[in-house]
Amino acid sequence: MARIKKLVPKHPLAIRWMHWINFPVLFVMIWSGLLIYWANDVYKIHLGHTVYFSFFPESFYKGLNLSRRLAEGMAFHFLFMWIFLINGLAYVLYTLFSGEWRYLFPNRRSFKEAGQVLLHDLHLSKKAPPQGKFNAAQKLAYTGIIVMGLGSVLTGLAIYKPIQFQWLTTIFGGYGNARVLHFVLTLIYCLFFLVHVLQVILAGWNNFQAMVTGFEVLSDTKNKTHD
Amino acid sequence: MTNPPPPNDSPLNQPDPQGPGQEHPSPERPNSDHQASPESRGPDHHANPDPQPAPAASPDPQPAPAANPKHAPASLWRTLAKAAGHGDDLTPEQQITRRTFVSFSAFALLGAAAWKSWFWIKDAVQSDGVQTPLRKVLNGDDKIFKHTLSPNHLAKTWPREQAAKNVRYNSGIGLGADPATWRLQVTRANGETLAITMDDLKALPKTDFAFEFKCIEGWSQVSWWGGVRFSDFIQHYNLASETQKAYVGLTTPDDHYYIGVDTPSMLHPQTILAYEMSGQPLPTRHGAPLRLIIPIKYGVKNLKCIGKIFFSDDRPRDYWFERGYDYYCGL
Repeated sequence: MARIKKLVPKHPLAIRWMHWINFPVLFVMIWSGLLIYWANDVYKIHLGHTVYFSFFPESFYKGLNLSRRLAEGMAFHFLFMWIFLINGLAYVLYTLFSGEWRYLFPNRRSFKEAGQVLLHDLHLSKKAPPQGKFNAAQKLAYTGIIVMGLGSVLTGLAIYKPIQFQWLTTIFGGYGNARVLHFVLTLIYCLFFLVHVLQVILAGWNNFQAMVTGFEVLSDTKNKTHD
Repeated sequence: MTNPPPPNDSPLNQPDPQGPGQEHPSPERPNSDHQASPESRGPDHHANPDPQPAPAASPDPQPAPAANPKHAPASLWRTLAKAAGHGDDLTPEQQITRRTFVSFSAFALLGAAAWKSWFWIKDAVQSDGVQTPLRKVLNGDDKIFKHTLSPNHLAKTWPREQAAKNVRYNSGIGLGADPATWRLQVTRANGETLAITMDDLKALPKTDFAFEFKCIEGWSQVSWWGGVRFSDFIQHYNLASETQKAYVGLTTPDDHYYIGVDTPSMLHPQTILAYEMSGQPLPTRHGAPLRLIIPIKYGVKNLKCIGKIFFSDDRPRDYWFERGYDYYCGL
């Protein structure tokens, strides 16, 4: 064989577990959140009286069978919130104490580099910024999603116990605003998920399987960029 | 998701699944990373029976089989580890194939387990309108969060003029008491029943405030209510011994709508037996002649048209609880 394969450790076991636990948990949280939202589905994108989009059209509820299931939605939400919280907390503690945060935290250059990554990924620029274990755009995304997770937990608590944790509800601009923020964060998760899955597909099998096996397979040719 | 590596005789044998800093060959790794121990990278690493060849410094990816004497006591673990792709006498291809197989098998197995547990919850027998495992968790959540309840945690109050003029109406179950014959019936511990008239209630000190009423559906609205603080009512009618019980039950005169509330929440300083809304006598659709206003609970616990009040150590039956909602409903 001309090319010699090498097995290169990439993702620690703990991170792989927490990543994959989060996937169905976040899915259930979003689904049960929709069951809850249905009961007071007032959010719209509008300018003045012109409504551009209404969350959500009746066909959406019908197609996904989301109507008249508020009690069930709350029950699921208030079970899976614990798994979401504990898993997220474990992830943050793990990355901090293992030193893995060094690959995930953005630094001063990250914002500029993330722009370069974006241009490169959109084929607008030939110059690929430094990849590292995670490139600057990934650092921002993977750190941002943790901040969002914290935001969901806190806005969630602010609407779950708005009187016992009134100070928190006040920080988010009151009960109604906290609910809006909680909803908007969920929309961004969905956006993140779409981009994430697309990037993983584009990055290819070797990158994807590393999230299951923990290692990447390298040939003796130089390390390629991976998402 | 690989299985954790099996124990070996030498600690050096164990690839640390927790240690992202170890053995990572990435050239971008900061130099300060002390975890990249020289032992795992040194040119003599073949001498260590290292199950993961340290790729960064290795000029030769083929581990030397001679370094691992065949006569060494081959433990069951070592055999299993080797079968799973951890062994320095395996070629990289063998390691890749075996470890990929093991990881994806574990992944599939755990996925199947998650799938199975999902249906275990979803198809579980119902308990008061919701799957039993979920009901248990709802009850558990109550136990956790009832400790946050404090008489000092008051619902924010608003200037009365900011209260809605058009107060939202959601449900009319059990409404329409005849004001002429209406009495508030309170069952005492000794079985005796008090029959209290509206004039009796109005003679007690009046409390009124505007707060943000919150419906379990998700909407909220600032509204203004006036009446008798429940704790004042308890004091006036000498019901202190009754409040030793864990719950207070309230029903409409016809028993069509009924709730149970934990006693500490009933004694919260903002819990009132309301006979006024927006400074006017309560309209029928908002619960005339008397309703419960309990800001620290969702609207479902703000029972309209109170007919009877009783005290109990068991949870009184509750209309929306029976339909799958949380019993406590504390905000």
